[in-house]
Amino acid sequence: MVVETNFSSPRTDAFPAGLRVLVVDDDPTWLKILEKMLKKLTTCCLAREALKLLRERKNGYDIVISDVNMPDMDGFKLLEHVGLEMDLPVIMMSVDGETRRVMKGVQHGACDYLLKPIRMKELRNIWQHVFRKKIHEVRDIESLEGIESIHMTRSGSELFDDGHFLGGGDTTLGRKRKDADNKHDDKDLGDPSSTKKARIVWTIDLHQKFVEAVNQIGFDKVGPKKILNLMNVPWLTRENVASHLQKYRLYLSRLQKERDVKNSFIGIKHSDPSLKDSNSGSGLHNSMNVIQDNVSNGSFSFSVNNSCVPNVDLKGREGDGKGISSGPMAESKGTFSIGIPDPRKAKSLQISFDHSLGSVDSVVNLASFGSTDTVQYSWNEVPQIQFKQEYEPLQLENRINQLPLPGLQHDLLTKYLQPAISYRSDHIKHSSPTEAVGESHTLNDQVFEPICTTTSSMKGQDIIPNHLTEPEFSPRNLYDGVGVEDLQLCWLQGDCYATNSGLQGFDCTEYNNPATIPEMPFHLYDAPSFDHEHLFDPTEYYVIDQGLFA
Amino acid sequence: MDRNPLRRQLQIMRKSFFDQGYLDEQFVQLEELQDEANPNFVEEVVTLYYRDSARLILSIEQALERKPFDFNKLDAHMHQFKGSSSSIGAKKVKAESTQFREYCKSRNREGCTRCFQQLKKEYATLRKKLEAYFQLARQAGPMETACRPK
Repeated sequence: MVVETNFSSPRTDAFPAGLRVLVVDDDPTWLKILEKMLKKLTTCCLAREALKLLRERKNGYDIVISDVNMPDMDGFKLLEHVGLEMDLPVIMMSVDGETRRVMKGVQHGACDYLLKPIRMKELRNIWQHVFRKKIHEVRDIESLEGIESIHMTRSGSELFDDGHFLGGGDTTLGRKRKDADNKHDDKDLGDPSSTKKARIVWTIDLHQKFVEAVNQIGFDKVGPKKILNLMNVPWLTRENVASHLQKYRLYLSRLQKERDVKNSFIGIKHSDPSLKDSNSGSGLHNSMNVIQDNVSNGSFSFSVNNSCVPNVDLKGREGDGKGISSGPMAESKGTFSIGIPDPRKAKSLQISFDHSLGSVDSVVNLASFGSTDTVQYSWNEVPQIQFKQEYEPLQLENRINQLPLPGLQHDLLTKYLQPAISYRSDHIKHSSPTEAVGESHTLNDQVFEPICTTTSSMKGQDIIPNHLTEPEFSPRNLYDGVGVEDLQLCWLQGDCYATNSGLQGFDCTEYNNPATIPEMPFHLYDAPSFDHEHLFDPTEYYVIDQGLFA
Repeated sequence: MDRNPLRRQLQIMRKSFFDQGYLDEQFVQLEELQDEANPNFVEEVVTLYYRDSARLILSIEQALERKPFDFNKLDAHMHQFKGSSSSIGAKKVKAESTQFREYCKSRNREGCTRCFQQLKKEYATLRKKLEAYFQLARQAGPMETACRPK
């Protein structure tokens, strides 16, 4: 039996406003009591159902309280599912307080273990688990995304508006994000001081390993244990991986959304069949390969590029570049191994891009940028700033010309890397003057749009194939993606690139390969301005739109 | 003490539950949850408990009739029963449940059977007492909440 309690009224002081609790217990007596207790702590009460409910309304609850012994499902199992799928804090309860059981609960990821009979005062503080998780998530995302604080706030709020990203509590989340942003000015991925105490810090290296492991296993078949084994990091626990995987999934789905947005843009732009995956893919592959060669950087796991291209749903190649589009998201993950953008590598990448890009159709490139949802996603994390700059097609052009030069790229990248937020605005602007930039722009805009939407719509789903079928792009959408927008901006520039450098070609493929893209930018950038970490946080940035490189 | 004789009687009865160890703190918690919105909350919960636990008692009884004993199953049932009993603060019943589980762990057939009989007795006794209590409470009229501040 399950009782869901929804405390929507913030009237009581005891509970933060609107804490939505899902109570799972087979004992009807306890359900009634808990319902009353929780109700007393807030003011509303509803009743619903459980795991199914959670799945149906991914964003519907903030916390789950579950009994350990239930006839239809083991409480620990439920705990695992909830933790992995929805990443909600779960509190276990039981009449049995044996240390072994409590330990088991904690091992499975429970936030707390309450002993029956439960006192009301014990329930009074359960909100702390929700709050704590949100804070950590925000920090996580922040660091992963490397979004600048400002942007984060903006994008964050938008993202959060969507809801699930951080699991409910949008407002709170948004707020937290803001706070987190401020704290993460330096966007230090592994900044321990800004975050949790014993929390594990997912450095780019670690994330790269994670992504590689995921790719190896296959995104669909992935599981924390498998990943953990593959990663072979002794001090890492299954719990760490599980929670990270969850975030990764959310991230990818967000990127996917963005990508979709982008793709739509790109699709538009890429009327050119060459842009088709096959074409672009190969082109990109080549370029990618080249790049990869050049970039001995381990962090670039452009591997995605090559392989992903086909996978990338670039809806038409359009901007999917980011490839990760839908299905491949998982793959993109792997490819994401963007790892740590090595500035040095970036240079080499840049160069390689030039070569490769040349082969690619400029249009494609642009599209890829746009679609490089992948990149975009990553960019999302990255300050959208970059995008902003990108937006100016003209500027891009110039930049693109310079692309071959690492320095230039760097500039571009920086531009692109601008906080997504800023990007977004630009993006919107650009959306309209798509003409200005020419196709690329439109693509970008379009790309962004879809991306934005995708991001917002990403509700923890795996990257959804970019379905940027329609180039229609509504600038607004872009912003939804939050990160997407930023990326888009970059991509717009990509358009420019397309014309100028071979990068474009690169974009195409890159986009598809989520992994590749993210890395690329970094290399290109070399500049520390990007928060590489933020940008490429492998986990977060899967998207690093290849388009960027394109 | 309440001036109303019925209420006084009620209070005495209630006190005896605690003094004699039939009920524990949890019961007080339930009482605290009772309010104007749910004036009969405690009674409702107790009724729910008895309805649900009767089912468990029956399952255990059936399991005890089977030979050989499935101790794991018995333990599982009893665990559930114990959890349920803790919800209303049925102290003695809970103690018997714990004892029963101990016997299950040590695979003590005799112990289980004996213990269960004892448990059933306590269970029935408490039920009777609570029923009388609530009946009296209804007669005395809504008072708990009203008198509580005193």
